[in-house]
Order: sequence, then C-alpha cells, then structure tokens
Amino acid sequence: MMSDKPYKIVIGLETHVQLLTETKLFCRCQNRFGGPPNTQTCPVCIGLPGTLPVMNRKAFQLSLITAIALNCEVPKFTKWDRKSYYYPDLPKGYQISQYDLPMSQNGWLEISDPQGNFDSKRVGIIRAHLEEDAGKSMHDELAGKADSRIDLNRTGTPLLEIVSCPEMYSSLEAKTYLTELKLLLTYLEVSDCNMQEGSLRVDANINLHVDTPQGKVATPIVEVKNMNSFRAVERALDYEAQRQYSEWQEAGKKLGDVPKQTRGWDDGAQVTRAQRSKEESSDYRYFPDPDLVPVIVEPEEVEQVRQSLGELPAVLRKRLQTDYSIKPYDANVTVNQGPKFAEYFIRLAETSGDPQQASNWMQQEVLRTLNEESWAVDEFPVTPDELSQLLQAVQKGEIDRSRAREVFREMTMQGNSFQQAMQSLGIEQVDQSALLQLCEQLLTEFPQIVADVKAGKQQALGRIIGEAKRRNPNVNPGQFRQPCLDLIEQK
Amino acid sequence: MADLTDYTAVKLLSLLQAGELTSTELTKAYLDRIEACDQKIGSFLRTDPEESLKHAAAMDRRRNAGESPGPLAGLPIALKDNLCTRGQTTTCGSRMLENFKPPYDATVVEKLREAGAIPLGKTNLDEFAMGGSTESSALGETCNPWNTTCIPGGSSGGAATCIASGMSPLSIGSDTGGSIRQPAAFCGVVGLKPTYGRVSRMGLVAFASSLDQIGPLARTAEDAALLLEVIAGHDARDSTSLDQSVPRYRSVLQQPLKGLKLGVVEEHFGEGLDAEVESAVRESIRVYQELGAKITSVSLPHSEYAIATYYVIAPCEASSNLARYDGVHYGYRTDENILHATLKQQRSGLSATDDEQALNNLDSPLVRLYRQTRAEGFGAEVKRRIMLGTYALSAGYYEAYYLKALKVRRLIRQDYDEAFREVDLVIGPVTPTPAFPRGSKIDDPLAMYLGDLYTVSANLAGVPAISIPCGFSNAGLPIGLQLQGPPLSEDRLLQAAHWFQKETAWHQRRPALN
Repeated sequence: MMSDKPYKIVIGLETHVQLLTETKLFCRCQNRFGGPPNTQTCPVCIGLPGTLPVMNRKAFQLSLITAIALNCEVPKFTKWDRKSYYYPDLPKGYQISQYDLPMSQNGWLEISDPQGNFDSKRVGIIRAHLEEDAGKSMHDELAGKADSRIDLNRTGTPLLEIVSCPEMYSSLEAKTYLTELKLLLTYLEVSDCNMQEGSLRVDANINLHVDTPQGKVATPIVEVKNMNSFRAVERALDYEAQRQYSEWQEAGKKLGDVPKQTRGWDDGAQVTRAQRSKEESSDYRYFPDPDLVPVIVEPEEVEQVRQSLGELPAVLRKRLQTDYSIKPYDANVTVNQGPKFAEYFIRLAETSGDPQQASNWMQQEVLRTLNEESWAVDEFPVTPDELSQLLQAVQKGEIDRSRAREVFREMTMQGNSFQQAMQSLGIEQVDQSALLQLCEQLLTEFPQIVADVKAGKQQALGRIIGEAKRRNPNVNPGQFRQPCLDLIEQK
Repeated sequence: MADLTDYTAVKLLSLLQAGELTSTELTKAYLDRIEACDQKIGSFLRTDPEESLKHAAAMDRRRNAGESPGPLAGLPIALKDNLCTRGQTTTCGSRMLENFKPPYDATVVEKLREAGAIPLGKTNLDEFAMGGSTESSALGETCNPWNTTCIPGGSSGGAATCIASGMSPLSIGSDTGGSIRQPAAFCGVVGLKPTYGRVSRMGLVAFASSLDQIGPLARTAEDAALLLEVIAGHDARDSTSLDQSVPRYRSVLQQPLKGLKLGVVEEHFGEGLDAEVESAVRESIRVYQELGAKITSVSLPHSEYAIATYYVIAPCEASSNLARYDGVHYGYRTDENILHATLKQQRSGLSATDDEQALNNLDSPLVRLYRQTRAEGFGAEVKRRIMLGTYALSAGYYEAYYLKALKVRRLIRQDYDEAFREVDLVIGPVTPTPAFPRGSKIDDPLAMYLGDLYTVSANLAGVPAISIPCGFSNAGLPIGLQLQGPPLSEDRLLQAAHWFQKETAWHQRRPALN
C-alpha cells in the first residue's frame, strides 16, 4: 500500500443487512418497507405479555446462504441471546440477537481495484449473525415541543450483521469492500440493499497507526455512524482520518487513553460530529433467550447450500474472461452491474457469436441508455435476441456503426423490433446488382478516380464511396469497397 | 341433590353428560358459592357471572341439540390471572397490568374454550407469580380456607383456595418453582406441574421462561388427569413446547400400581423438615408399600444447591422478561404532569446550587418515566427479583452467578436421570412445613425462599411433579405429598396419585367456612 502520509488508516466495517423474507424474524407479520406507522405489527413483535417468538426458518436460510458465500465457518450449534437495553422503539426491553455463538464466523471477502490503487486482498469477516431489528423513533423537536413518535413496523424484521476485521487501509478499500459486499448480496438475492430505505446500513470503526520515532502508535478508535451512501462512507472516513491526525498532533491521545467515541457523519456539512461518549458504556447483560431453542446446522446442510449457491461475482468475472475472452476490465464492469446485466451480456454474446462486440455494445450503448433513462436492466425494452440481430447485421457489414446506433435508438426509444426499426428508418439491404449498377455509373462519371486508383492511390476510392452513400444512404461502405475495386481492375 | 360444589369434576361431567344436570345449574351453584365464600377467602380477583352463565347456557343448548360439545363441556373452571384472556383484564396481580386487556387468549385458554369449559373468573396470585404466599399480590388478599389467619401458599394461591373451598371444580395454575404444588399442599388439593414443554406457555405472562409451566389443580388426581388431557400438547406458537402426543391420562389411572418402584429422596428428610410433615409423608410411603410399590432409597446429591441455583436463574430471566413493563407502550405509566413538574423543580434547585455534576446526572424525562413507572408499578418482591437478576447478569458477575447456576442446573438434572434409572418415581414432602401465619415471613424473603426447598428442583430439571393431600397437622392444616417422575411421566404420576387417593380420605375433608 503506497502512502505518503506519516500514518496508516485502519478501518473495520459493521454492516446490517435486512433480509428479503416474506415475514418478520419471530412472528408472522409482513416484512415490507413503508406502510402507515404501526400497521405491520402483532402482539409478538410489539412485545405484549405472554407472547413468544418463533424463528422464521427462511430468514435463517438466507443468513446461511450469505455466510457460506462469505466463506464463513458455520458451527453446528448456534443460539439466540437477549441484548438488554431500554429504548422506546424496543418494546420488549431487549433485542433478540446472537452473542457468543453466532451462526457463522471466520470468513473473507476478496476485493480488488481495476485501477490498481491497491493490490487484490481478502478482507476477513469476523462473524455474521442474525438478529431482529428495532422500531423507528421519530423525534419532533419543532417549536419547543419534545414529541417523539414510535413506528414499530420495522420491529422484528430480520437483520444480518456482518462484521469485518479491521483490515481496510484506505477509504477506497472500505468503499470497494462495501460495493463488493452489496454486489454479492444482490447476486444471492438475500437483500435489496437499499441504503435509502435502510435495508443496508454501515457503521465504521476507524483509527490511525501513526509513525513516531518510538515506533507505531495507535490512536483511539472512533465509531462513525449515519453514513447513508457509499460515497458518504468514503468521505466520512477521509474526513475522520484527517481529523484524527490533527487531534493526535494536538492532544497526542493513544488507544486506551480515552473511551471509545461515537461520531455521526453530517452529510450537509461534510464533517463528523461527536455523539455520545461510550464512557457509561451500556452493559447489555446478554444471556441465552429461554423462549427459543438453539439451531442445529448439520454439515450436510451447509454443503447443500454451498452446492446451490450459483455463480457468485468473483467466479463469474473469471468465467467471462475465459469463456468469452473479454478483458478483465470489461468482465469487471459487466459483473458489477449486477446479475441481470451479466445475464443479458451472456445471452447477447452467445446469440451474436461475437462476445467482444457484445461487451462493447453493453458497456457503451446499453449502459448509457440505462443510465440516461434510469432504467433497471429488466426495464430495458430490447431483448438480447433482438439486439443480437442488430449486432449480426453489423458483423456481416450489412449496416455500418453509425446507422446501427440509429437503429438501436429506434429500438430502445420506440420499442421496435430490429426489423421494424430497419424499416421505419428506411434501411434495406441494397442488393448486389443494384450495388454494381451504382458503382458502374459512378466510375463512368468519375474517370479520374479510376485512373488514380489504378495508379495506386487507393484513398481516391473514398470519394466514390462518399458519393454512393449520398445517392443511396443504405449503401454500406464495407460492402461497396470490394466490388468497386474489382470493377476498376477490369477497366 | 347434595351440594354440587362438593362433587368431583369427573362426577359432575357424568351428570352433565347424562342430562341430569345442566351447565347453567352447575355454574349457578359455583357462582353462588363464590358469592357466599369468596369475601372470606379472596380466591378471585374478578368474576363475570353474566358472561359465565351465558357460556353455560350456550353449552346447554348445544348439548340439547345433540352435539357433543367437548370433553369439559359445561364444567366451570378458574384461571390464574397470569393467563391471557382475550378482551378481559389480565393483571398478574400487579398494578403494572391492572387495566391490561390482551387481544388474545393463551393457548391453554383457547383449548379450554374449545373443550367447552366455562371460565368462572381469574384467580389471585403473587405479583407476576413471584412468591409463595400470595401476599405479594397488589390487588387482593387470599386466605387459607383451613385457617384464614394463614397464607394459602403461592403463587397460585387463588387457584388452590378456590378448589379447597368448593368455589370451582377445576383450576389452572402455573408453577415456576413450586407455585402449583406448594399452595395445593397448603390447601389440601391436588396440583400437578407437568414436564417442561408439555403444556404451551403461549399466553402465560412470563416470569422465568425456562422454568414456567402451566398445570391443573383439582380435588383428585382423576380430575387433574381430565384437565391435563385437554391443556397438554404441542403448540407451534411456543418453540419450547414438546412435539409429543398426549396420552389418555384418565384411562391409564385405573391400571394397578403393582411393581411400581418408588425412591425415597434421602435429602428431603434432613434439617428443616417439620416433624408432623415428616410423619405424614412416611405414613404415605407405607400406604404405597401396601399398594404393592417397591420402596428404595435414592439420592439427589445436588439438592442442597437447588434453592441457590433457582434464585439465580429465575430472577435473571425475570429481570429480562419484566423489562417490557416500562410505561411506554401499555400498562401502568406514572403521572407525566407530576414527572415534568418534579424534574423542573429538581433542575432549578440544582441550578441554584451551581452543582453542575448533579445537574448533568439528572434523569432525562424518558429515563425518569422508566424509573418512576417501574418504581410505582411494581411491588417489593418483584423489584427485589429484578434487582437480583440484573445484578447476576451484569458484566463481571455473569460467569460467577448465571453461568455457574446453569452448570449446577445440569447436575441437578443428571441427579434425576440417575435416580430414574433405579426407580419409576421419587417420593417426598412438598414443603418443609404446613401453611404459616399471614405476615410471618413477608419481611424475611430468605425464609420464604427456603420454603421452596423441595419443589424448585423439578422446575430446574424440567421433570413433572405432583402434590397430593396426605395428612393434617395437629393445628388442622393440610400436608402434601410430592411425587416426581422422569420427563413425560405424567401418566405414571397421576396413576400413583389416583391409587393413593383410593386408599386414603385426606382429599375428602372440607374446611369449615361458615
């Protein structure tokens, strides 16, 4: 890792992922974002007396899939623990979580940077465990009022907490880790990873290892919260590194000198601000939840899940390179656009028979259109098979690139098939005899060019081609060139 | 017809089925009895005669129409007030839930309704079932029908007294450390704590989840069998409920006891056991011998740690289970106007003294709401256990208390496993003494806790245990006999209790209430 700074940044990330289940983790309420406050609740998730939790097997299954894809060990025995604290959006006074025996641990996620800003590396995953989410508190402090409102719709929705090792040494590594993690979760279809709706939440732990004449010194660890996008994570970490270095220079506090601090990212002001100090650090009084039974995961079950994982991003990137001979960079872009984009590419590459051309079209025309129109891949109106016809026409030289782009626009904007688009643009195949006739006519009109070409000035042909295209826009220069040369030869 | 309230449930059921008695008549008889006696005893926190009679009439109509309306059709039953009843106040004997109406029935209540039972009312209990005398109830006083200056036992004090005084033929209690068996012993009735998981806990307001178990109280083992058959069984809404079929307990009862191996628990006849209790229990063992049982001696060597273990585990779980009563979502909440006024006053007082530290430490309104609500809503015994449990689960103490207690709990279970390799059931006293005078132990929690000496082990081990009347003290107070068996041996326990009752008449005595 190259660094011109007198310190190394050390980052660990805690990611909370909401799982895509039909129902909540311990009751049968709908697990869905939105809905009027307190409408997706039942006696169990609002913690009424006498109610009991029953584990949602689907949520556990999705966690298992994720843990295995993150190369985690899955112990045979895992259990549920209660984490106690008082807050109005936590109706039972405890959260059902996992403490000392999480459902998975000791995994890794590989990250790399196509620009080569850091070497490919495996970021360790300390653990991934399942827990229930709390509700939402909305504090209305307008006009001197101190009203708080509680919405318990989110209470009890399944959350997978993924804790990385403190093994990322720049904000770029942290951002890359998150991007890769989100991509993996998307491929696994375990979460929609929507940061705005809170289905993916990130907290960062960051400190510095400063070079001093006495050796390396670690600064106090700060937990950064409230980062609502990956860009915010990157900026918050950059800001925090600089802030910690300035603080180190001023105060010289080392790790352990002061209690762990929590700071919130203020996206408007682009600074982190101190939240509560963890001095009166809460004692969560974890203990096994006696209302739930431990979960036993047999090794065969783990193996079964592993077999059924499907193709994950890292493997898919390699396969696109070997099976379709596209460049690592192209494979990366394709895979990073998500499974549907990659799937589209593969179909296009197969049907068109020209993967490199398919890749170029995907990354230029298709991607640009998706971005311009804010379409998801499945909203894109042209099927890969239709697009493949266009690519094949280009390949055969039936139409040139610039006309092909017009056809593409016609297909995407009007929703036309390839044939319809060709027709509506008045593009038809110029047949061989018409082509020869036009050529003969032009050679007669421009004898000088015939002479020039015969004299070896091949570039003189350009004028004839230009003229041909002016008289008939459907003439494909690639197809016109050779017959024209043949005719000159005969003269 | 003789006094209906003197009959057993089984007898009443046969009269109902034969059409010789209507549920309305029967329910009316019990309501009258409650009217006449409960002022003196205090079994019930609430009754709703109109509602009960409405159900009874409906049962009668169904029976007249030729339907077979369920195994308990038309039989009145009393419910301990920690069982949730839909739309009806469920208080747990606490100010905290004084006005709480759950929008659901406990699974057990659902099953009873389906079986055609007629709920008579909700019975008194120690607050959140924490106690052994029903004195910690914030909502009522319950007396022992045999001597109203004595406590009825607890926590299912109302559940036991209503049977003993003929105010209900059947009742449901809950037992976390003896809360069914001990009041049953003190009141001279039968009380069964089933195997952990045998009866669904869904809708039972939790005290200590890993120990709580719902069970029947009745005059006879046969009546208890009738009731257990209805309430037992797997429930998908309780992860800890056992997925095992329910035997037909009543048909097992009649099989003779021949060859039964009974183990006398050595440790239960040591220091602290009242002489009268000891002689009644020893006499009962002789009765079994005559019935053909083989008596041997067994040891439960870790018994001496049972109380200590129990009073770590139960409060730990209780401290967590009761965290939800914080005044935010439901239940009791302190007066907020007073709260804000007090805070304001305290703030200005501290500002005047320039004591910045104290000012910083002053509660936020939210924290004060929690503290004040819980200070006012819970009684002394509940607070004591919340504090014990909170302490034992705290960082730095967890290993020394909670984890250690879990280890001992395992050893206690192993003791039972070993004993049951030698014998079918173990036999001993339920309590060290008969019922004690009201107020005599309320300020001495340790003495009160030691009363659970023989009962808590069954909860820690998760095994079933039954208490049956086996004698009376010179002062005229009932004495109970305890039988404990391996997991899911309720049939065996009931059978053994049934044969004992065929040989003895202790359960036929009635307290003089007038």
